Amino acid sequence: MTALQLILDGIAAFLTLCIFSFLYKDNPFYKFAERLVAGVATGYWTMLLYHTNFTDKVLTPIFVNGQYIYIIPALLGVMMWTRFSRNWAWISRYSIAFYIGIASGVTIPVALYTSLFKQLEATIAVPITFSVAGFNTLLIVIAVLSALVYFFFSTAHKGAVGAASRLGIYVIMIGFGAGFGLTVMGRVALLVQRIIFLKGYVLNIASLFGG
Amino acid sequence: MKREIPLLIVGITGVMMFFQYYVPTGWSTELFVRSQDWIIVIGILSLPLGIWSLLNANVQKLQKVKGERFYSAVLLIGFLVMVLTGLRRENLEAGSVHMTIFSTVLIPIQATIFSLLAFFVASAAYRAFRARSVLATILLLTAFIVMFRFIPLGPISTANLGAVAWILSVPNMAAKRAITMGIGLGATATAIKIILGIERTYMGHD
Amino acid sequence: MGILEKMMQLDRRWIYLAVGLAVIIPAIVGFRVPVAVSPEVKRVYDFVNDIKPGEYLFVAMDYDPTTLAELNPMAEAILKHAFSRNEKIVIVTLAQFGPGMVEQITNGLAKEFNKTRGVDYAFLGYRPYPAITILAMGVDFRVPFPVDYYGVPLDSLPVMRGIKNFYNVKGVIDLTAGNTADMWLVDGNGRYGFPLAIGITGVMAADYYQYLQSGQLFGIIPGIKGAAEYESLVNMPGQGMAQAAYQVVAHSVIIMFIIISNFAFFATRRRRGQVGGAR
Repeated sequence: MTALQLILDGIAAFLTLCIFSFLYKDNPFYKFAERLVAGVATGYWTMLLYHTNFTDKVLTPIFVNGQYIYIIPALLGVMMWTRFSRNWAWISRYSIAFYIGIASGVTIPVALYTSLFKQLEATIAVPITFSVAGFNTLLIVIAVLSALVYFFFSTAHKGAVGAASRLGIYVIMIGFGAGFGLTVMGRVALLVQRIIFLKGYVLNIASLFGG
Repeated sequence: MKREIPLLIVGITGVMMFFQYYVPTGWSTELFVRSQDWIIVIGILSLPLGIWSLLNANVQKLQKVKGERFYSAVLLIGFLVMVLTGLRRENLEAGSVHMTIFSTVLIPIQATIFSLLAFFVASAAYRAFRARSVLATILLLTAFIVMFRFIPLGPISTANLGAVAWILSVPNMAAKRAITMGIGLGATATAIKIILGIERTYMGHD
Repeated sequence: MGILEKMMQLDRRWIYLAVGLAVIIPAIVGFRVPVAVSPEVKRVYDFVNDIKPGEYLFVAMDYDPTTLAELNPMAEAILKHAFSRNEKIVIVTLAQFGPGMVEQITNGLAKEFNKTRGVDYAFLGYRPYPAITILAMGVDFRVPFPVDYYGVPLDSLPVMRGIKNFYNVKGVIDLTAGNTADMWLVDGNGRYGFPLAIGITGVMAADYYQYLQSGQLFGIIPGIKGAAEYESLVNMPGQGMAQAAYQVVAHSVIIMFIIISNFAFFATRRRRGQVGGAR
């Protein structure tokens, strides 16, 4: 490991500890690191957008390749900037309208297909037989229907509807419990990675002193 | 003019894009490609709005808010350093000063900020995760079974892994399927309302 | 205040300390933990394994440094697996800070496996608005990405000659921590029908099993455990397997806290019930 890498890792370790200091209480070190990352992140993203997006999709097509048709979406994009003006903000609606209209139109068929049709098909596709898979399929059908009933508010949750709704919320709670169990794993992983990094840095420092 | 024409644009483009999906001919595909391409360009040019807002807010704080001056200066200096070190496209490649600052500052801080969630989830679990009711008990027991799969307990672990696999692929899957179907219907309904001009919140106020 | 009441109102900083120690102790006292492979991860492994040398795999690394702890290990494992089999890889990122991390990982692995950018793999770069980008890539990668991340026209990259869109790749693996997975499902697999698998964080893992059952996903790599499983399958231990021991101790501590909290809760409630009954 070079001296430069050790110094850089030292800076990274210091900034890591600045953020961890928040666990005791909010303090200037934490605030410093928080604002620093906001500035660095914004600066990084600005240059990334400029070089790889603005240059490749706007400047080069119009001024290098002569594809003047791109002037139209470029103007629509610039019109978005009028949002900052109280008197001229209405101009930005034209650009927003294009984006919203196209995105909405494209969404309808694929959202229905992915989230509704394929899911319905999968719920009833596996036959209900006298086997473990068949029994699980029956459970899935009952669980999906009851969970859907729980979210249906156009009728009072009484009687049979109430019973199905009750079963539905039990099923949903199992889902949330599973989600929480996996969430703990995910959050702990984030912490462990930082600890592994700090451990590596400490070992590198120790090796300098013959440890 | 200020509201009617945008509504007309939304309606026409929305209907066109909807029917395009079902009419995959040559001109229809060309229309689709052209529209996606243009949306990407419009989007790229609108993103600086957010950058400008952040910088403007911090310049204001630097000038007016006493306790925040130092921190606003830190943010603006960080921004300027990244801009100055990233002036050439080659600076976006690994090994440059720009990317060294990315690895040394941005990655550790962002990763550590989110790692704090491990502490918060433990604290929240201690304070709120109590079997106060039947529903809470079901949630708690399911979470326990899923969390136990990390702890190697020999044959108990084998049985637990089977239980977790069943939980994830039957009741959990069913619950999430119902939620997904609801979300899909909701997204479709919202898109239809936007195209028909019923939903207009995206236009803001006059 | 009795001990039970004190337990109920424990200062959260003691909990933070316990969690901190729970992850520091395995760092000092290392130990190995066995990894059992789940079917959904095995399916991703089998898919990558069945791609022939020279065929294409598309990897979308749609995550930021905030979740690199869970997603970097699986990205490395998948790329190592594909590189070791001489598969061609096309990489894209739809996350704001993704390019920096893609650069780090691909540069390092390319050197390790003696792969040349532009010949063995291509990094197309970053675009905002993932849904629109995915829709555009489905027609032609060159629509959203006329040049790659480094400014080289796609047509001059040997690896990109002969491939136009998703129909020319064997499948797509999306590694993500946000709703980009939904966009790949709806706008990618939903519209174009290509095989899709996702590598996701633990937080999101439980939300995608319905797509696995319906066949819209051919596999899921759920969080750091999934990464460890993939590493064990490819026999290339990395951060995923290294984290397993820490997860054991941390989970044990959190489970213990929940048990203590519930014990205190029920004991306090029972005592209040007895006091109320005595009145």
